[in-house]
Amino acid sequence: MAMTMSEKILARHAGRSELHPDELIEVNVDFALGNDITAPLAIEAFRSAGAKKVFDTERIALIPDHFTPNKDIASAMQAKILREFSREHQLTHYYEVGRMGVEHALLPELGLVLPGDVVIGADSHTCTYGALGAFATGVGSTDLAAVMMRGKIWFKVPPTMKFVYRGKRRKWVGGKDLILYTIGQIGVDGARYRAMEFTGEVIESLPMSHRFAMSNMAIEAGAKVGLIAPDDITEAYVKERARRPYEFVHSDADAQYESVHEWDVSGFEPMVALPHLPENVRPVTELDEIPIHQAVIGSCTNGRLDDLREAAEVLKGNKVHPGVRCLIIPATQHIYREAMREGLFEIFLDAEAAVSTPTCGPCLGGHMGILAAGERAVATTNRNFVGRMGHPESEVYLSNAAVAAASAVAGVIVHPDRV
Amino acid sequence: MQFKGKAWKFGDDVDTDAIIPARYLNTSDPKVLAQHCMEDADPQFASKVAAGDVIVAGKNFGCGSSREHAPIAIKAAGLSCVIAHSFARIFYRNAFNMGLPILECPEAIESMATGDEIEVDLDQGVIINHTRNERYQAQAVPPFMQRLLQAGGLMAYVQEQMRDELTKS
Repeated sequence: MAMTMSEKILARHAGRSELHPDELIEVNVDFALGNDITAPLAIEAFRSAGAKKVFDTERIALIPDHFTPNKDIASAMQAKILREFSREHQLTHYYEVGRMGVEHALLPELGLVLPGDVVIGADSHTCTYGALGAFATGVGSTDLAAVMMRGKIWFKVPPTMKFVYRGKRRKWVGGKDLILYTIGQIGVDGARYRAMEFTGEVIESLPMSHRFAMSNMAIEAGAKVGLIAPDDITEAYVKERARRPYEFVHSDADAQYESVHEWDVSGFEPMVALPHLPENVRPVTELDEIPIHQAVIGSCTNGRLDDLREAAEVLKGNKVHPGVRCLIIPATQHIYREAMREGLFEIFLDAEAAVSTPTCGPCLGGHMGILAAGERAVATTNRNFVGRMGHPESEVYLSNAAVAAASAVAGVIVHPDRV
Repeated sequence: MQFKGKAWKFGDDVDTDAIIPARYLNTSDPKVLAQHCMEDADPQFASKVAAGDVIVAGKNFGCGSSREHAPIAIKAAGLSCVIAHSFARIFYRNAFNMGLPILECPEAIESMATGDEIEVDLDQGVIINHTRNERYQAQAVPPFMQRLLQAGGLMAYVQEQMRDELTKS
């Protein structure tokens, strides 16, 4: 029977030759992860269940990235739980400050999550790895604890929605803009309980960094996964990094989709999501001049080298507006080093932007750039809910890195061509 | 399981940052989380809620983060269950895993207002609004979920399975 790539990956991990949407199945998990917010609860559940050892010391990553470098004593206590558990169970993949990165940038970079995998993470943006052609989805801490014990999880097989992007994208229009547009069209629950599959000539020519940004925000449409078919671009990214065998899985030509959405992106402008939902999307060119106080370039959505290069292209020879704090947060140590080697830090510092060590920090209103009441930020992050970056009376506008950089210079949200 | 309490009504797309803001996630202590439940939507919420009360909301309740702290905060604040038009996927799983009863029932919430006296019979899936003399039938909990709930949540369920596997081997 014809299946989508989501169904095929699940079938293989359930030991089945075929399966149908809405079936309940139990699957083997290739890799599992947790962070300093979610893993302490998972570890508590693991212990309270009387578990003595993890299912595989090579297939669990614990990454303190949200409130690290430790924000305060309470955060330090949480991070310590991960550190001690990792030692106790001799987990290979514990990443301490100085070696770590924002989890969803770090794990693909290290070749720990791979095409064809089932990946479970106690973090909603685990769906990022869909860009590699992996069935990767976020769960709560208790689900993670169960996976840490048995290496298995139950799922309801999601129906797949297909998204086809045609045409040619303009300069400054990338994966972030495509996914924001998509969420704007279908809404924050438009793909609730569904698998999204991003296809079409635009996706086929999209670099991995942009693909990660798209899959990353599938959860912002309520989706379980956001998949992209692996191809030569995927192969080029994965082959030097993979630490174990992997498999490219593709949808059958006659697979059943619950719905198909097709757009020509040729006329698209960079997109901005207005407060307080990622579905409030407008082309940047249609916005009035909205003053900002902070620009954040980073996160699991857009903290990759390509994003920093885009920001640098815009910031070069410019100064950040006197009324704006511009925070640039390379997502991993590797990205940090590469950006430094390429001379991007020189450009950022000349522009009077601040460069931070990797952290999720301000994205979730954790630390390293919290907004006061009445303040407004443009951010390359993924959520703009009430209070997301700080005070409940602050605002977050979501954009790509070039728009965030241009807005930092202009002091108002603008198209990158305007600076 | 049966509950009786007052309804607290919220709108569509109540996100996990509204249920429990990330700034409080440097702890997983239920008592602390309970104090900040729904804080950004209603700063006095936690102090106004009485044991047994019910959150009533629109579509996509619990969208956003995977934080299990969200159902923990709701439960620890004394709320007995959440009735919504629909739930976000991860929250749905987390609620069952944490033993927080949730019901999808678009019909029931339409006329419901904050302060209505609500009675919920989970076994029957029945919701009664005593203030408005209305009775609704919610979608039944799927059999798989019922087994999970009967075991007392996911951890208890997994423990049972591991015991079974040990007995077999």
